[in-house]
Formats: sequence, structure tokens, C-alpha cells
Amino acid sequence: MNSHPPTPRTTTTRAALSRRSLLRGGLAAGGLGLAATTSGCGSALSAGLAGTQLNPGTVTFWNLFGGGDGARLQLMLDEYREQQGSRDSLQAATFAWGNPYYTKVSLATLGNKPPDVAVAHLTRASNLAAAGLLEPITDDVLALAGLSSADFNERAWQASQFEGQVYSIPMDTHPWVLFFNADVCQAAGLLGPDGELAPIEGLEAWEAALTAGKEASGGFGATTATVADDSNNWRFFNTVYSQREGNTPLIDDEGLSVTMNDELAVDTLATMRSWVEKGLMPATVDTPGAETLMFTGKSAFFMNGEWEITTAQSIEGLNFGMVAFPTLYDTPAAHADSHAFILPKMERDDAQLERAMGFVKSLLDQSMTWAEGGHIPTYLPTFESPEYASLEPQSNYADAASYASYDPPAWYSGSGSNFETVTGATIGLVQQGLTTPEDAVASIRSALENYAKTPNPL
Amino acid sequence: MSAHTVGAQPAVATTPRADARPPLRGQRTAWLFIAPFAFFYLCFLLGPSVYMFVASFFDASIVKNGLGNFIGLENYSTLVQSRDFWSSMWHTLQFTLYTVPPLVILSFVFAVLANRMPRGQTFWRLAFFTPFILPSAAISLIWVFIFTADTGLWATAQKWLGSDAPTPVLGTPSLAMVGIAIATIWWTIGFNFILYLAGLQDIPRELYEAAAIDGATPWQQIRHLTIPMLSRTTTLVLLLQIIASLKIFDQVYLMTSGGPGTSTETALVFITKVGFTDYRLGAAAAASFMLFVVIVVFAVIRQVAERAQQKGA
Repeated sequence: MNSHPPTPRTTTTRAALSRRSLLRGGLAAGGLGLAATTSGCGSALSAGLAGTQLNPGTVTFWNLFGGGDGARLQLMLDEYREQQGSRDSLQAATFAWGNPYYTKVSLATLGNKPPDVAVAHLTRASNLAAAGLLEPITDDVLALAGLSSADFNERAWQASQFEGQVYSIPMDTHPWVLFFNADVCQAAGLLGPDGELAPIEGLEAWEAALTAGKEASGGFGATTATVADDSNNWRFFNTVYSQREGNTPLIDDEGLSVTMNDELAVDTLATMRSWVEKGLMPATVDTPGAETLMFTGKSAFFMNGEWEITTAQSIEGLNFGMVAFPTLYDTPAAHADSHAFILPKMERDDAQLERAMGFVKSLLDQSMTWAEGGHIPTYLPTFESPEYASLEPQSNYADAASYASYDPPAWYSGSGSNFETVTGATIGLVQQGLTTPEDAVASIRSALENYAKTPNPL
Repeated sequence: MSAHTVGAQPAVATTPRADARPPLRGQRTAWLFIAPFAFFYLCFLLGPSVYMFVASFFDASIVKNGLGNFIGLENYSTLVQSRDFWSSMWHTLQFTLYTVPPLVILSFVFAVLANRMPRGQTFWRLAFFTPFILPSAAISLIWVFIFTADTGLWATAQKWLGSDAPTPVLGTPSLAMVGIAIATIWWTIGFNFILYLAGLQDIPRELYEAAAIDGATPWQQIRHLTIPMLSRTTTLVLLLQIIASLKIFDQVYLMTSGGPGTSTETALVFITKVGFTDYRLGAAAAASFMLFVVIVVFAVIRQVAERAQQKGA
């Protein structure tokens, strides 16, 4: 470790000087470049730097609609743009649904850069409201768009409240339903004289229908995804479990206690597994695969959310129908959730709020287009219209909205949440025959108890 | 330092080893050069790390202002009792065990083979390295497509081989991590391959000639010449690989998002979920700190190994 000898040091100083001037030149050039960029790409950067609105007069809208829903939403958004007479009146972005979507909405709101309007599931909106991320929807706010609470399905409207205050505007109810291949069901003798599926009531009738369907299709009686879609497994289980006498919500007290009826859950899982063991349902298949089996006549039934109607309609020559999932046990029940509009919390002036509500109203007015995509409208002017009543097969299961079984409320619950992931994954393992119903219920209980004792972050 | 500096000027007394340092002027220049980096380092690494450490003792929630209540070690004790935390640590280790040995051994084998190619070396080098330049999103899409249940390329191949209902790789808890590991190996092997190839080309040819004259077989040459000469590359590759594995996030998030259930949830996926999805910032900070400790342990091992090697060399 020597100190520098004197001679090199002078050189260093000289070199440093020249470097400094070089740097100075570089900085100046960089500054010029920055200035050029700022003026060059216009408002985006300056709006970001100044924290002003990106595009005054534009409604920003976030949603989580992929597949058929996404295509249908596009039509509705285009209609709004047409009404406004400008393509720039709306900036819409679609994100992957579930946890990633709600994480983005939360973080954007915390970072004070949320969209004007966003879509949320009712089961998730209450958590966003509890976190203080939502603008309350008061009567005054509704009145801005000429709406009132009387315009909505009462059950959904009740569900959009948090501590007595409404925080979201429900758009639809979307239950888990039964799709059927009419040609296969015809051959299996399952259709009534009107060409509709003859009502199936009770467990025996259901298993008989599946057996007949299996024989007629040469493949399976019914299909639904058992892999790569944890939420679907949960929806299937929740539908069957909720139909049984003595069912209790899996969790209660806002998620603080696990109240699952273990015995009933084990029996329900065992029954679901027995359909696979009898060869009536496939053990291992994802949603596209399950769908394809029914579309190609290798299965009589397919179960999923009603939104898959758009995919089914796109299959040329497919003769299909839809009904509410049959009541196998004591009471009718079907897993469901609702899409709703939320206004994330941010500073907005009256004009912005009015514009946002105008956009919501425009989409609600187009509820008929949305209903064609399978969803049951909550906006009563559409729901009660003769147009919707004559919409087939969508109106066949409109009743399901009245006995919808939502996810039990908790900070870790809701559509696409941790709750659905952990329960659904385990249920899927039973379907696939990789674990027993007893072990599955024990594992669900312990996973939920783990969440129940975790402090609530809201 | 020596006794007679005590009575000397204060400036000297406070810097007893001043003679071993560059003069003050030079130091200032050095600091100026470091300043831009130091600024970002402070703002984006040191600062947040300290904040993280402090937050790990509070019940901080991302949707509440400030740090919340001081709860001492409760975040840590909850974590230690949490099944999800330990399983995420185990999944990280599992991924490390699945990827590190193939990534080290295969890249070595491929490098030795490519190095022996008399012609077309550029092609092989390119062939192995190309996947590495793809972004993680692209490789995830490719492999999700290959592993699609029932209709994917892999399922189709299994059907040709006579399996009626092939198990979906990414949909089965015990196989999902293997699927992610295979995708990762295919993706990153090129980097280690290039490191080994560079190492191989640094070995003087005379050594091989000498060994050949002494009658060493090609295998003996590899065993007693190539492998020892590449030991420093191997240490580097091994430790880089282990540290990269501990930080695994992209492929998991994009291919399975931690599923089915939580069976591929690695440490970082767990931390992201707890912190940003569940809003539990304090708990996420505590988990991050524990992961930090693990990574530091590996970094220290690396340092020690390097020193031991330098002594041995």
C-alpha cells in the first residue's frame, strides 16, 4: 500500500480536469436530450412528473375480463366511445384476473394513480372498502347518472354494502351452471318434448342422467376442470355442499373462525370423487379440455360459470343448452359472484366524478349485451324487460341469482383469493384421486385455521 | 500506531494510518466518483433495507398510514409457526436442488463437447446460448404451452407412448416444480455453458499435449486436467446458481403463480403475496429479512470458498 508518488499525481489532476470538462459537456448534452424527450413525447411524461391527469376528459377504466367476456366488453366500450363521439373519451385496460388484478388496483390506489372506474367482484370489493380504497357510492353519486338503489337487484345491492354504506355498483350475478350437448342428451333420452333438458332432481336422477349421457356419448357423462383452475374446483364443491341440509359456511366471524361441517364436507367430496371412479367424469382435465369433450360430443354435460356461453356459441354446429345446476340435495344452491363497478379513492373534481358515473350508466344501459354473454343482469330495467325474458338459454337460469352462494366474507376470501386457491387445490386433488376426502378436509381445515389466526391487515 | 504520533497534529492522530491512504484531495475525488452510485444505493437499497428491518417489528399494513403498532418479534414468531412460510422455503430449496446439479454438470458436459467440435463451434455456442436471451415471460409461455394438460406437446408425446391420461405437469402438486425446473434449465444453461467454454479455452493446449505424450486417455485428461483447471469456474457457477435459485420468482409467477394450491410457492412469491396481495407489510418484511439472512450465509460461504481456493492455488 504505497501513497502515490508525486509525478503521477499531477497527471491525475490534469486528467481529472479534462474528465471534469468532459462530464460537464456530457451533462449539458444529456440535459438537452432530456428536454427534447420531454417535449417530444408530449403529455405522458410531463403529466407523470407534474402529477396531473394524463388525459383530461378521458375516463380510465380497468377490468379483468378475458375470453368471451372481454370480446363482449369491447363492443360495449366501443358503443360508449361512439356515444361520446370520440375514441379518446375512454382508456380501458384489461388485466389477468384474481389476486394479481386486485393487487394492482390496491397499489395503484395507494400510489394515487388509480383508474376512474374499475371492475371488482362483490366478494373482493368489501375488502377493498375495508382497506379504505374505495369512494362511497352515495345517493348523490348515483343521482349524477340518474340512478337510484331501486334500479338494482336487492340481493346484489345488499351484498355491495360494507358497514351500512354502499361501495360498489353491481353489474351482474354469475352463477356456476350446467351446459348440455343437446344432440348427446337427445340420444340419451334426457330431453323433454320441448327440446329442453328434462328437469333432474335428486342425486339418483343426476347419476342416472350422467350414466345415460356416458352411454350415449361413449365418453363421459359430465366434465369440469380438475386441474389448472383451483377456483373452479371450489365452485363445484361449494355448489354441491351448499345444497345440503346442515351445511355451514367454511369460515365465519369475518374469517376469524373455521366453521366448516367436516363430516358433510367429507361426504360431499366422497360423492364427487365417486362420479370420477364410476367413469362418469374425467379425473384429470383442464377447462379447455373439459369444454372440448362436451363440444365434440364426448360428454353430455359440462359445468362452469355461465360466461363460457360465448365460447360455446363460437363452436360451429354445436347444439347446446344451459340450465341452473340441478338440485341434488335438499335446497337449490349454486356458487356465484357478481361483477361490480367501483370508484377507487382519489382526488377528483365534480366533472371527473360525473364523467365516471356517466360511463357506468352507459355500460348498465347496455346490460342486454352483457346478458347475452351469460351473466344475469342486476340492473332491473334490463332484468325485467321482455327482451331478457325471451333470451334463450340465458333466462333459463335467471332464478339462480336468488339462491346464489357467495364466498364467505374474510380478508383472505373472495373471487380468485387465497381462500379459493387453498380450498380449490385440495378439492382438485380429491377429484384426481391423489388424496382421500378425509385427508383433504383435514388439510383444508388446517390451512384455513392458519389464515384465521393471522392478524387481519385491514 | 507508533508512540510518537500521539503528540503530533490532531489530523494525524485521528487518521493514524494516513500514510497508507491516498491524500485527502484524492479521497474527495474518489467520493465524488462514488457519489452518483452511492446516492442510488442509499435511496433504493440501503434505505429500503433498513426500513424493511424496522418494519418487521411492526404490524405494518400497506393500506394503513405509517408503521402501525410495535409488536416486537411477533411477526417472526408467527412466521416460524406458519406452514406456508416453511413450505415456501422448502419449495425454494426444492427448486435449488432440482436446477443446480443439472445446470452445473450439463453445462460442463456440453461445453467440453462443444469445445471438441472441430467445425461449427459457433453454431453450437449459439444453439445453447439463444434461450438465455429470451425474457422470462417468453420462456414461460413456451413451456406453459408445452405442458398444457391433455392437449399440450408433452401430453401428446405421452399419448404416443401409450399413456391414456397423461398427468398434467403443471397441474400436479408433485410435478409442477419439476416442470418449472426443466424450463429454467433449458433457459439458463447457456450462461454457464459460455462460462465453462471460456474457462476451457483458457487452458493451455500444451498441457493436453503433454498429457497425451504421457499416455493419458481422453477421460483421464478430463478427470485430471480439465476438471481441476476449471475448479474456479465451477465454484463461481455453483454459487451464482445457488443465489439465483434462492431468488427464483419470474418463472413460478408466470407459469403456475405458486399453484396448484401453494405447491410451487417459493420464498419470493410468498413474500410478494403476503406483502402486496394480503397487505401484510410487516410480516412480509420479517420474511424478507429471514431470506436475506439465508442469502448472506451463502455469500459468506462463497467468500470463504474463494479464499480457500486462493490459498490452495
